[in-house]
Amino acid sequence: MASVDPTVTTGKRSWYKRNEIAVTPWLFLAPAILFFAFYVLWPIYQSIAISFYAWDGLGEARYVGMGNYVELMDDRAFEVSLWNNLKWLLFYLLAIPAGLFIALFLNQTVTGIRIYKSLFFFPFVLSQVVVGLVFSWFYLPNEGLLNGLLGLFGLGPVNVLGDPTWATYGIIAAGLWPQTAYCMILYLTGLNAVDPEQIEAGRLDNAKGWKMLWYIIIPQLKPATFIAFVVTIIGALRSFDLISIMTNGGPFGMTRVLSFYMFEKALSEYGFRMGYGAAIAVVLFLIMLVFIAYFLWSMWREEQGR
Amino acid sequence: MRSTTKTMLTALAGSTMFAGAALAELSGDLRIFLDTSNPAPRATMEKMIGDFQALHPDLSIETTVIDREAYKTQIRNFLTADAPDVATWYAANRMTPYVSAGLFEDVSDLWQEPEIAENLASTKGAMTIDGKQWGVPYTYYQWGIYYRKDIYEELGLNEPANFEEMKSNCQAILDSGRKCYTIGSKFLWTAGGWFDYLNMRTNGFDFHMELAAGEVKWTDDRVRQTFANWRTLIDMGAFVDNHQNYSWQEALPFMVNGEAAAYLMGNFAVAPLREAGLTDDQLDFYQFPAINPDVALAEDAPTDTFHIPANAQNKEAARAFLRYVVSADVQTEINNGANLGQLPVNASASVDDDKFLNEGFAMLSSNSPGGVAQFFDRDYPAEMAAEAMQGLQEFMVIPDNLDDILNRLDKVAERVYAK
Repeated sequence: MASVDPTVTTGKRSWYKRNEIAVTPWLFLAPAILFFAFYVLWPIYQSIAISFYAWDGLGEARYVGMGNYVELMDDRAFEVSLWNNLKWLLFYLLAIPAGLFIALFLNQTVTGIRIYKSLFFFPFVLSQVVVGLVFSWFYLPNEGLLNGLLGLFGLGPVNVLGDPTWATYGIIAAGLWPQTAYCMILYLTGLNAVDPEQIEAGRLDNAKGWKMLWYIIIPQLKPATFIAFVVTIIGALRSFDLISIMTNGGPFGMTRVLSFYMFEKALSEYGFRMGYGAAIAVVLFLIMLVFIAYFLWSMWREEQGR
Repeated sequence: MRSTTKTMLTALAGSTMFAGAALAELSGDLRIFLDTSNPAPRATMEKMIGDFQALHPDLSIETTVIDREAYKTQIRNFLTADAPDVATWYAANRMTPYVSAGLFEDVSDLWQEPEIAENLASTKGAMTIDGKQWGVPYTYYQWGIYYRKDIYEELGLNEPANFEEMKSNCQAILDSGRKCYTIGSKFLWTAGGWFDYLNMRTNGFDFHMELAAGEVKWTDDRVRQTFANWRTLIDMGAFVDNHQNYSWQEALPFMVNGEAAAYLMGNFAVAPLREAGLTDDQLDFYQFPAINPDVALAEDAPTDTFHIPANAQNKEAARAFLRYVVSADVQTEINNGANLGQLPVNASASVDDDKFLNEGFAMLSSNSPGGVAQFFDRDYPAEMAAEAMQGLQEFMVIPDNLDDILNRLDKVAERVYAK
């Protein structure tokens, strides 16, 4: 049996031991980095690469350079989808003030308030598909509830989802229903954290009503507003399912947004123009990038401030 | 929605061996992918495959049924990555992407065999690309106008024989406070059916196919004539309002409730109409009337098909299965009223005794001299069909946009056919 030389073992610490401080964070980060690279970065790169080709998903891909993008510039359906995306981004934000006011309204202590709160929160729990179906029945041109209501005032009938000008707004309104509930719940939790001493101080300085809200409450709700803004923007850009359920992009493509148009061009029954679809996806990605950059920047600033 | 029925008959092999002894012994695995996901067609197919299994006990058959809509996108994946031995699909231009990508097996040899060559001649054209056949049909069905006979009788109307009668009938129906035709154009293809018929009646089958092949411009005056005819109907108010909101099924109640008198549809509309309570005394069928007396009548009759993927493992068994599917007895069986309720593709097979099948069979075999088309979205290249059907819906809602629509379609055509 050979005797162990103590000098050798102590002198040669393992590589990991020597670099522990530097390596450990990366080890912990490794799974996330790998998944992020594989499921996010790589597909982004692939989409951008495919957007330079004409490819039907089966045969040989043919390099067309900027061809797909040039065609996009001249594609009316793309233009319509882009405008619809902007409409979504703009009008979907109405969910934030609406959510705030419902939250203010519900932020009181009366008997059964929990039931009212859950009833208001209820639409957010519903699947988007159910929301879409409920609203398309609500909008039905002849027997729908909306036309029944309008009829009481001697108005209508209107065919919201069949009218190329109004259909998109009709779908956005349907989307606002659950989104308002989401913003409401964010603000309700935010209102719990409002500092009563500041309200007290405001009262002493004679602030009430709108002034109290604007100068005392809303500034304290800033974190909730930020989150509400983020989820609403993301929600607006993911409006795919409601459109698919309520109008299927119609009438004649007037309610398509970029994500829906991409799906139609690349993956639907008559599509399979992978390159063209990828080019649309890249444009959508660039739009998202603006918001992502803004979100990251504000979060970074927050960190710095601490 | 995927389900697998694996039938392993090894235990029974000994007892049923004699049944298949007379035939060439087939062995190995046979994987069949089906898009017949609706309950009735699914049961029919599973029964037929079960019978085929009984004839070939040594064969291990595995059937996978995929949701009909999902199948349309999945086929691209499984033909390249994990090809079955037999797969369902559609005839005509719908085969083109897979034929040109070399993913379908050339089965011209089957079509040389007298049994198939003689009995399936009528559908050969729809299965042919580049002079070769790429699969076999297993069923087809007629299109035409299904109408409420009781309403026509109440108003003293007859089945129209020409466009003038079609319009005068329609006026009478409108005057009685009903709509002439129901249609649900939310998913666009129903408008394609109207265009098929109006264009084939106005300009003929050959012109319709030239347009499909991109040899004629959409802004051509003859195409405009088709739209002008369509517009006379639209301007009369012949179609139900707000049709852009409805699927074809959602448009059925108008006919069932008597708010609309007729429906231009495929024969598959008969089953739900009957289920909704219309009897054969109330429901009847007529061929789309002639518009231009100088062109021969032509019909839409979409054909559903079986193919062997080029990457299939057991092509011998797959060919035997295709032969079996198109044989006269099997065709009679699977297309009868209790099963698919459609028309058999084999001329020696018999048509089930059903009013609509008989009328359709007679119409297609003797009164369609111009030719038989598949359907708008099967005859026209997929991309062209998608753009065009959207334009057709737009035209039906806002007829004044016609010029704009046609110019747009010409632009799309330039790119689609340039490839």
